Amino acid sequence: MHIAEGYLPPVHAAAWAAASAPFVIHGMRALTREVRANPESTLLLGAAGAFTFVLSALKIPSVTGSCSHPTGTGLGAILFRPPIMAVLGTITLLFQALLLAHGGLTTLGANVFSLAVVGPWAGFGVYVLLRRSGAPLMVAVFFGAFTADLSTYCVTSVQLALAFPDPGSGVVGALAKFGGIFAVTQIPLAVSEGLLTVLVMRLLVQSSKGELTRLGVLLQGGAEKEAAVR
Amino acid sequence: MSRNAKINTLLLAIVAALAVLPLALGLGDHKEEPFTGADGEAETAITEIAPDYEPWFAPLYEPPSGEVESALFALQAALGAGVLAYYFGLRRGRRQGGARAAAARGARPPAAGAGDSPGAGA
Repeated sequence: MHIAEGYLPPVHAAAWAAASAPFVIHGMRALTREVRANPESTLLLGAAGAFTFVLSALKIPSVTGSCSHPTGTGLGAILFRPPIMAVLGTITLLFQALLLAHGGLTTLGANVFSLAVVGPWAGFGVYVLLRRSGAPLMVAVFFGAFTADLSTYCVTSVQLALAFPDPGSGVVGALAKFGGIFAVTQIPLAVSEGLLTVLVMRLLVQSSKGELTRLGVLLQGGAEKEAAVR
Repeated sequence: MSRNAKINTLLLAIVAALAVLPLALGLGDHKEEPFTGADGEAETAITEIAPDYEPWFAPLYEPPSGEVESALFALQAALGAGVLAYYFGLRRGRRQGGARAAAARGARPPAAGAGDSPGAGA
């Protein structure tokens, strides 16, 4: 999903940066508030950021015969809500843009919008909807992470289609083209990310029950226990 | 193996299978260069749609070779994995320490001393 440096026309680059900036600034405030109110959550925040670091570094083969990487943003969005993930995702993208020439500074706004804004919000939305409708914790976590991953790549496809409409078939034709490259490749990877997020959440349920209860992932009563261990 | 460990292993096995199957089944064989990055393919698609487009900004730093680049990617993954391992290790240690302390407290009769006397080896 990394749009390469210089590959978005200046107007598009500026527009996506402007769209992302409020989310990142709001996220930085939310992050400071969280760390001040609950200093003990710093460690888990680090772990959520680390999960994104690992997953976005792993380029995995997919059914289309090309490679892509997961995003790892669903976990943090479920644990700490999407605003905080906007910051953690931006840090990861900056690291890759500056050190790996992967993504870029001019395309940072667009990449932040897909990976650190839309992905976490879409994943969190699906997670909350499933939880409210009574789905077991791990089912909601799987589909939350799956959605965060896949929606990120759909947004990238839209961003590129808007910037480079096909001369013949327009934005729709270009969307089909970029969607074929990104979204289809991403489906099995999104499944993998969902499973890995469930795995980490299972380990968290075993090791950090108090923390998860405070964050509202586990319910106070412990009726959750049965669903969680499944 | 406990039921929990079995489920965790199964989850990892499915993830591994999802990554290996495309390679094993030769799903990249129809391509000139199989299993390149989707990001790079998107760049190619851009040049097909807009042959005149020139990237207007170049990365400030570019890894000088594929080896250096993969080293930096490995570094990124290692940093993340290290922090995750630290987190879970710390949690496990704390839990075990807490359980041991509770067991030691429970093993001694409460009347033996006022409060927890130090140096009570388990």
